Amino acid sequence: MSVTTPEGSASTSSLHRASAFFYRHPVVKLLLLLLPGLLWLGVLYLGSLGSIVVYSFWSLEEFTGLISKRFTTSTFAQLTDPANYEIVIRTVGMAAAVSIACAVLAFPIAYYMARYATPRTKTFLYIAVIMPLWSSYLVRALAWRSILAGEGVLMWTLERLGLDGVARAILGAPIVGGPSLVQSKFSLFIVYVYLWLPFMILPVQAALERVPVSFLEASNDLGAHPWTTFRRIVLPLAKPGLVAGSIFTFSLTLGDFILPQIFGTSEFYLGQMVYVQQGVAGNLPFAAVFTSVAMVVMIVYLSIAKRAGAFEAL
Amino acid sequence: MSGPGAPRAGLGLKLASGFVFLFLYFPLLIIVLYAFTTQSSAFTFPPPGFTTRWFSTAFADEDMWEAVRLSLTVAAISTVIAIVLGGLLAGAVYRARFFGRNAVAFIVVLPIALPGIVTGIALRSTMSLGDVGFGLWTIVIGHVTFCIVIVYNNLVARLRRMSPNVVEASADLGASGMQTFRFILLPNLATALLAGGILAFALSFDEIIVTTFTAGQQQTLPIYIFSILFRPRAKPVTNVVALLAIAITFFPIMLAQILTRDTAGTRSR
Repeated sequence: MSVTTPEGSASTSSLHRASAFFYRHPVVKLLLLLLPGLLWLGVLYLGSLGSIVVYSFWSLEEFTGLISKRFTTSTFAQLTDPANYEIVIRTVGMAAAVSIACAVLAFPIAYYMARYATPRTKTFLYIAVIMPLWSSYLVRALAWRSILAGEGVLMWTLERLGLDGVARAILGAPIVGGPSLVQSKFSLFIVYVYLWLPFMILPVQAALERVPVSFLEASNDLGAHPWTTFRRIVLPLAKPGLVAGSIFTFSLTLGDFILPQIFGTSEFYLGQMVYVQQGVAGNLPFAAVFTSVAMVVMIVYLSIAKRAGAFEAL
Repeated sequence: MSGPGAPRAGLGLKLASGFVFLFLYFPLLIIVLYAFTTQSSAFTFPPPGFTTRWFSTAFADEDMWEAVRLSLTVAAISTVIAIVLGGLLAGAVYRARFFGRNAVAFIVVLPIALPGIVTGIALRSTMSLGDVGFGLWTIVIGHVTFCIVIVYNNLVARLRRMSPNVVEASADLGASGMQTFRFILLPNLATALLAGGILAFALSFDEIIVTTFTAGQQQTLPIYIFSILFRPRAKPVTNVVALLAIAITFFPIMLAQILTRDTAGTRSR
């Protein structure tokens, strides 16, 4: 693999001399390639993340409303207030529920794409799944405002089917309910699932593509019930894809502060808390505490995901 | 997993797939439908009547065009910077084995693995510390941060499929680094660069979470849409603007998909 540059041509121009220099000094070349990106991501971005952690150990002086830059854990201690840690639990719970629902919904279509679709159908489905991924999530969320409206298409359909009682029962239920179809936890959940579903379909489909058909045939030949084959062969092999997809579904739900304002009840979510504390309340240290919580949750999640082999499936 | 002699899908699987597909696309039809409704403050189904007047209302709004212009500018600048930074990083990480290589790959992905709000508030607090005025450039800084990974991923995927020998062959034949880049690397990477650039553009154009934190008084298109969302009247105007936002990104994304899929088929060996 190691081929030296011919002596004669290397000395002809400065350009050649430069390329020869970089060839002989790969470390210099590597550093020059890395430098701009590392300055941006390693210094500016990681530095900013670090500064948020620092902010979370500062506090807001109650009377002056100014930030006191003395180390304290008192801002973090505010998390022990039930009103505050319930926000964290509620958000993590929503993120987990959304991720599971996405996995369940993504599986059939991903399986169909990987196993049965003809190349043409597969291309069509692939583009159909990827399009929403790159289009505005706010725009796609908007559609649900009209679907879920009291006189909207969902209620219209349910009334025609005589199922409008079901919707009212859901709204009245303690954990998932809310004052109206647009403003309920159930709706927030549905819209999140709708928005993040493509993020789950793609990695699961990619993981399923790599499952050899012979494994399934072997399992079948050995007399396994299709359900057993699914549970013992397909599911374990699809796991890296499921976990990779869940990184996005989980992270995106965890940090969102837009949708709860449109579809949520009066209950707060973590993203909203960061947004409000940073903005209207002007309490950056407290916003930083919630941001740090989100970071810690994601770092734990990512390290679990890494162990599950999700990074190879990204 | 599909192959010759693959069995036919069962009815249950087909129905389930069809249902999921419908779930993905039905809401988009609804956006179109209510852009034409005659009602100004409700979403009755079926719509009582149809009109195109919301289009003229929306298009007459100078604020909207201002937002479109800002979003296009931000996306264009962010894409160019992301292509340079992501391209250099991809060039450094692919093939080279060095200490911290995995760490580099990790921090590139971090801005999209962490919730956008984390990136947003972190950059905002740094910008406030640096006493930078919030505006076009602060928005760009935020967008570049999460766009780098898009370009990077596209390029690394392509570089992996490229034979490493071509660069050495070019050097052996006496080409300078610039010539190798211009005549060997660029033609091989062009479609991946273009696709990565388009996707970065689309991502930047539609982003709202990070932007909320790094923007000053100006409104990008998503922020504008969010701001008119809670107006009690002329609700269909939001749907019209939403359609415009979809239209602006739809065709470029289609192109990006075609570019990457074609080469994936022909270049694999």
